[in-house]
Amino acid sequence: MHPALAVIFLTLFSGGGFGIMALTAIVNDLQIDGGLNPLQTMIAVILSLVFVSIGMLSSTAHLANPKNAWRAFTRWRTSWLAREGVFAVLYYPFAVLYLLWVFFTSGTHDVAGLILLNLAGVIGLITIFCQGMIYAVLRTIRQWNTALVPANFYVMGLAIGATVLAAERIIVGAPAGTLVGIALALLAASAVMKGIYYFWISRPGGPTIRTATGFNRSTVRILEQGHTFGTFLTEEFGHTLSAAKARSIKVIMYIFAFVIPIAALVIGIVTGQSAFAWIAVLSVVFGIGVERWLFFVEAQHVVNLYHGRQQC
Amino acid sequence: MRLGLVIDLDTCVGCHACAVACKEWNTSGTTAPLTDYDPYGAKPSGVWFNRIRHFEVGDYPYNKTINFPMSCMHCENAECVTVCPTGASYKRAEDGIVLVDQNKCMGCNYCSWACPYGARELDRVSGTMKKCTLCIDRIYDMEIPEEERQPACVLTCPAHARMFGDVDDPESPVSRAVRERGGYQLMPELDYNPTNHYLPPRVHAPIPIEELKKKAVRKVKEWVNRVVER
Ligand code: SF4
Ligand code: SF4
Ligand code: SF4
Repeated sequence: MHPALAVIFLTLFSGGGFGIMALTAIVNDLQIDGGLNPLQTMIAVILSLVFVSIGMLSSTAHLANPKNAWRAFTRWRTSWLAREGVFAVLYYPFAVLYLLWVFFTSGTHDVAGLILLNLAGVIGLITIFCQGMIYAVLRTIRQWNTALVPANFYVMGLAIGATVLAAERIIVGAPAGTLVGIALALLAASAVMKGIYYFWISRPGGPTIRTATGFNRSTVRILEQGHTFGTFLTEEFGHTLSAAKARSIKVIMYIFAFVIPIAALVIGIVTGQSAFAWIAVLSVVFGIGVERWLFFVEAQHVVNLYHGRQQC
Repeated sequence: MRLGLVIDLDTCVGCHACAVACKEWNTSGTTAPLTDYDPYGAKPSGVWFNRIRHFEVGDYPYNKTINFPMSCMHCENAECVTVCPTGASYKRAEDGIVLVDQNKCMGCNYCSWACPYGARELDRVSGTMKKCTLCIDRIYDMEIPEEERQPACVLTCPAHARMFGDVDDPESPVSRAVRERGGYQLMPELDYNPTNHYLPPRVHAPIPIEELKKKAVRKVKEWVNRVVER
């Protein structure tokens, strides 16, 4: 698949933003590390809103005909993309109301505040599920047609959220022991989940050029693709990555997405140096961005069989 | 009623006439135009509803060239319609034709991801998704003679490799052809249940080229040729 930056940003940033919201809810519900004070809470909510908005705006930028974008909410009965839009929009009023509530009352975990906060958190989590399902329902792309996709989106969105909150606490010098522990656990879980996913998609399977053409008992080779230059189909679906290159990019991805953030958070909490907290956040966002890029490039749409690929 | 095409892989000669006729008709049809990008330049490309690929099936000497025209299969389980968030993509209940409402499409490409057969192409200029309409603006046109109420590709095919009709009616010519010739659907494992069917090549005894005895004169001629070349 074509790794369009706009769609990469959609799940990367909005997933991270919803992760921040969900983690804020958990931290303030349970008063983890003493809970976030009003200022920290507002920073976290604003960060969540900014992340989600980056995701939403870049996904709108991806549309070829954005003037009809408002129609995207209409088919929520069948389309996960429509459902994602509905929940993403529903998240805003609750997040903004909670922000205003904290601003005006300074109450981060009174009943009214907590109701708003938890609703925003839960709606965010539902949106992440819808985002995963956008990809997971496609039978045309074996690498996406698995429950591991929404599971990966969850654990990585939450890992970004926990890293951001832990970093925030380190930067302002507030106690962050439990939060860093949560972030480390989520980062490690993400690394494992991604490993499971890579193992899963590395096994051959899915339609072949034989079933695509119906010559099930013969070898089939492409002679001519039938077009002079590229087409929409080759542009959108033709991207591939050699196995060697994919492996080295995965190593880079693991280092930036998981190894550096884990190390930086540990050093950050031990030394109290805010520079390490910043490194953790930038590194995890960049690393998971690379992970999303791989997610697209490695997805092999079955239409490639009609352009000569033997198996997808 | 389930309208669609049946394509005979035995007789298709891969001339691309169907694709050209399709482009000509539809570039002024209901989802017009079929935009071209850089048509006379170094990188010619553009929107087509029908594309013909060419495959080699089997190994020498039992190999065969198969020309493979593909357009929208007007699937029964049209996931392209299910996933469309705007309702621009729809499947007509009365005849099963899958269409894109150009006034509603927002150009998100999602439906093209859901289509296994590469039938949908985004028009960069209009920003909307385009695809085969089964020439809906021909087949129901009462102004033209009845025998011309067929898709442009079917009318134009010089090899009569394309048939149009109702696959729901067991006695229609298309249903009979599918039954008698062992017509099949592409990638049945994905369960899209496409309406279009493909008729496999008829089985002929292979021409025995290996065993042909070479005449003595030809042998001498070949030997001379080899010597002269040196
Ligand atoms: S061939 Fe593709 S575009 Fe046509 S109905 Fe089937 S899934 Fe939809
Ligand atoms: S590109 Fe148009 S027709 Fe296709 S899913 Fe998006 S809105 Fe629907
Ligand atoms: S016009 Fe007929 S013979 Fe020519 S490519 Fe199309 S189906 Fe094949």
